[in-house]
Amino acid sequence: MLLSRKIAYKLSFFLMLFALVLAGCSSNEAGSQPAKKTEDAAKKKEPIQLLNVSYDPTRELYEEVNAEFAKEWEKKTGQQVTIQQSHGGSGKQGRAVIDGLEADVVTLALAYDIDEIADKGGLLSKDWQKKLDDNSTPYTSTIVFLVRKGNPKGIKDWDDLTKKGVSVITPNPKTSGGARWNYLAAWAYAQEKFGGDETKTKNFMSQLYKNVEVLDSGARGATTTFVERGIGDVLIAWENEAFLTLNELGKDKFEIVVPSLSILAEPPVAVVDKVVDKKGTREAAEAYLKFLYTDKGQEIIAKNYYRPRNQAILDKYADVFPKINLVTIDDYFGGWKKAQEKHFNDGGTFDQIYQPK
Amino acid sequence: MAGHVSLQYSTSPQQNQTRIQDSEPRWVRWFLIAIALAFISLFLLLPLAAIFIKAFEKGIAVFVNAISDPDALAAIKLTAVIAIITVPLNAIFGVTAAWVVTKFQFKGKSLLITIIDLPFAISPVIAGLVFVLLFSAHGLFGQWLLEHNIKIIFAVPGIVLATLLVTLPFVARELIPLMQTQGTTDEEASMTLGASGWKTFWLVTLPNIKWGLLYGIILSTARAIGEFGAVSVVSGHIRGLTNTMPLHIEILYNEYQFSAAFAVASLMSLFAIFTLIIKNVIEWKAKGAS
Repeated sequence: MLLSRKIAYKLSFFLMLFALVLAGCSSNEAGSQPAKKTEDAAKKKEPIQLLNVSYDPTRELYEEVNAEFAKEWEKKTGQQVTIQQSHGGSGKQGRAVIDGLEADVVTLALAYDIDEIADKGGLLSKDWQKKLDDNSTPYTSTIVFLVRKGNPKGIKDWDDLTKKGVSVITPNPKTSGGARWNYLAAWAYAQEKFGGDETKTKNFMSQLYKNVEVLDSGARGATTTFVERGIGDVLIAWENEAFLTLNELGKDKFEIVVPSLSILAEPPVAVVDKVVDKKGTREAAEAYLKFLYTDKGQEIIAKNYYRPRNQAILDKYADVFPKINLVTIDDYFGGWKKAQEKHFNDGGTFDQIYQPK
Repeated sequence: MAGHVSLQYSTSPQQNQTRIQDSEPRWVRWFLIAIALAFISLFLLLPLAAIFIKAFEKGIAVFVNAISDPDALAAIKLTAVIAIITVPLNAIFGVTAAWVVTKFQFKGKSLLITIIDLPFAISPVIAGLVFVLLFSAHGLFGQWLLEHNIKIIFAVPGIVLATLLVTLPFVARELIPLMQTQGTTDEEASMTLGASGWKTFWLVTLPNIKWGLLYGIILSTARAIGEFGAVSVVSGHIRGLTNTMPLHIEILYNEYQFSAAFAVASLMSLFAIFTLIIKNVIEWKAKGAS
């Protein structure tokens, strides 16, 4: 008995030693990382890093923008700048910024998601959208249809999506910014068609969403479902996403159908005040977003199939971007806050018309 | 800790399992083997082959480019760093926990064993969200971390923590049954002969458990490298900074770079196969040793 107690004490001593080593290791790795970061930010002409938190389909666009901006910024200030990118569903990305993802700039799919960062996170002022030209949206896009080559189901307009036997792919408006634009575009078409009769519009929407085969969580996921898994007759998609698909995966497999009426999608950009002030990167972050409005920025935007704001450059690419009758979110739906409340919050029109299969 | 060491006598593993293979007719045996083989080919070998075929679909150049791309290299490096930090910590924790559980008697012991197993039972997504709840800007410690400018989630420490949580049970789970069968007699003998506790650990306990420990380390390394769910939640997906290999593969796939995605995937698969080979070597060596 005595002996075993002695052993036990010795053993427990070593256990405690282990615990100490364990604690020491873990606190080391947690502590050293951030300390280095603050040092970096303190020295000013040192290379800096910006983080652009964006939504799904802008990967290719910002890769090009970042390279070009880094060149210009170094020429002008002699400072090296690296721009890091993070992409995902717009709502999810906004959530991550609220949770503490240190984005210097956010470039999301719709104003509502940045409003949330201002409201819930308090990371930027509520009038952020007035700080840059054109409602802080340096580029626009719209919603079009992508169909399989030869358009076997003869899809020409929104009406055709409600027909029996047509299988539609669109992401979930609850999680995807693009999906909300899709929904509102269809809604606007139905309102025009039925002269503003809301019951008929809801019927139309209900018919359309009955044809939806897969409700992915993001725009890229929906594209992959349509393109790679070969599900569905028509994909409701961002115009830029549709063009990208054609170019990446073959013009011989898909074609774009432009509906008679669509929505002017305005994906906004903003500097996240609290983050840039803390990191000391405000100057570069502001210049980065302004770069999007320059001729060079607008050219890159057009080349990546986003519609540039600059009229001259838009005219130059007129053969790429067909003229579509476009409604805007502010005129037609009274802004994003109202649209969000009416259509996408719990119990909104989407919940009313959509029954999961 | 514990008040006294239990005087468990080591019970050797049951060796008297009856062999049933001779009692079944031959065709039943062949039929079952055929089913097993078909199942393995269909669900394991075929997909594995597909990964490699897809990876080299566009030629060696695309494969090499995909792996030497700066973002891919950063992802590989980060994955290695994560494994290098988490695996030793897991090994230390695993040995400690297994030791406590098997060499001592104390209240709440079975509770401790259950808690060690918890990460096996909960979904990795939840394992990630737990850290978001704790360390996000609006989480429990969020304000404090913000004031002291410490970044945990959406940075490397968060990924380390999430990986650590998910891989926690591997070493301990491997060692507990092993040390249970070994009992405490060797340690007691060593100490009775005057060896210190430290010496006892290095010269008696460690050699006894080394194969089990290695096996646990290998499993835990494989998981640390392959973990997707928990890491995805806390990563923030910043390219070249907080993307591990599995996250990088997903990104490449979503960017229509299918060949590149599968190139990185095949690299990971190669590592998995390599792990399996080492595992087998260890099992074989362990058998020879015992």
